[in-house]
Amino acid sequence: MSLFEFISQYWPRLLSGTGITVAQFLLSSVVAIILALIFALMKMSSNRLVKGAAVTYIEIFRGTSLLVQLYWIFFVLPLFGLTLEKFTAGYIAIGMNAGAYGAELVRGGIMSVPRGQWEAALAINMSSAKRMWRIILPQAVGIMLPPWGNLLIEILKGTALVSLISVTDLMFQAKQINASTYLSAQIFGTALIIYYIIARFMFTPFMRWFEGFMARKLGKA
Amino acid sequence: MFDWLFKDEWFPKFDWNWGYTWEIIPRLLEATLNTIIAAGAGYAIALVFGLFLALAQRSKSRALTFIVRELVEFVRSTPLLLQIFFIFYVGPQVGITLSPWVSGMITIGLHYSCYLSEVYRGGIESVPKGQWEAATALNMSTLQTYKRVVIPQAIPPAIPGMGNYLVGIFKDTPMLSVIGVAELIHTANAIGSETWRYLEAYTLVGIIFLALSLPAAGFIRAFESFVRRKLGM
Repeated sequence: MSLFEFISQYWPRLLSGTGITVAQFLLSSVVAIILALIFALMKMSSNRLVKGAAVTYIEIFRGTSLLVQLYWIFFVLPLFGLTLEKFTAGYIAIGMNAGAYGAELVRGGIMSVPRGQWEAALAINMSSAKRMWRIILPQAVGIMLPPWGNLLIEILKGTALVSLISVTDLMFQAKQINASTYLSAQIFGTALIIYYIIARFMFTPFMRWFEGFMARKLGKA
Repeated sequence: MFDWLFKDEWFPKFDWNWGYTWEIIPRLLEATLNTIIAAGAGYAIALVFGLFLALAQRSKSRALTFIVRELVEFVRSTPLLLQIFFIFYVGPQVGITLSPWVSGMITIGLHYSCYLSEVYRGGIESVPKGQWEAATALNMSTLQTYKRVVIPQAIPPAIPGMGNYLVGIFKDTPMLSVIGVAELIHTANAIGSETWRYLEAYTLVGIIFLALSLPAAGFIRAFESFVRRKLGM
């Protein structure tokens, strides 16, 4: 079967799988960004307890596999009385995993904002929350965007794992079609190309645009 | 030991069984060895092939540089899980039938070689241009220049990146379970499906990963400062 025939026959399933993959990608990214921000600020806290909690979280999620975390959240968490639906478990696990990596990026970004900016904000009597939100974070975002681009690509790749708890994403559809047709080269090849198109021709240009946008906002372009 | 923490009325379905835990630990330790072997072999492939990819991107041939560059980008932006399936299922169709073990190690090795090529490239580019010129002035061949001058200086800045990917490859080996490599997650799944108890197996797998990857990260930091001192940097 030629690739064209193949796609014309199976495009509805590929499309619905791609939709789920994109949804998982966006939701995990949101979870990751929120968690990264919270844990980065916690890790920079001077309160030992708060700092310890953040360090523990980051080390646990960076020290184990995403797949192990996903299985644990999906199969073991119900024993603690917290049952997540598979779709939810998928993006929560990926988001929590990437959030631990992201926390280090956010912390690095915040630390690299020049000291003078902190002092100036203090000098004009800003509260520490306002200083962080209006002065430090926007500049930190400008600094940490390129590594975040890489992390978000890792999130996109990580979403393929949700197929293992039978979320019907692109990877899952590819596996199912392969199992019923044995057209491995066509189906896995097509899926690889779809992931590549999302990453290279949709997400990367968006990040470039966003980097330029932030640079203009910060008066650096 | 922690029984007081998990009172029945809090988590009715939570019942950690210590007898069962001790029973499955030997099987999991055996699987840990498999995981380490898979990660080590994959890493060896990645180290060698990554160097070729890095050098190919520095070649004078524009076409070669372009093709390798695009290949690296492609591999880096598609899921490893899908690549594992692709190599394992498409290989036999073109006459290359590999066992799950070999196929898995090759895939994970090729995947990470693309990441390592970037690390090598960064290391090589961090060597000052004057070093190349000095080597040329001494009438060294390109091979000699790489071997004696450039590579030794390119390694120390590359060590943190190389170390991160060693830990990374180790944490990605669970994906090999999907084609039947008997590593940690595969064994935990098998144990779980025999007894319908997932709590102990998956929790132990998590603890084993932590117990190995945290010291590894510390060891890599120590190794980097050791190499820097050795080379007088």
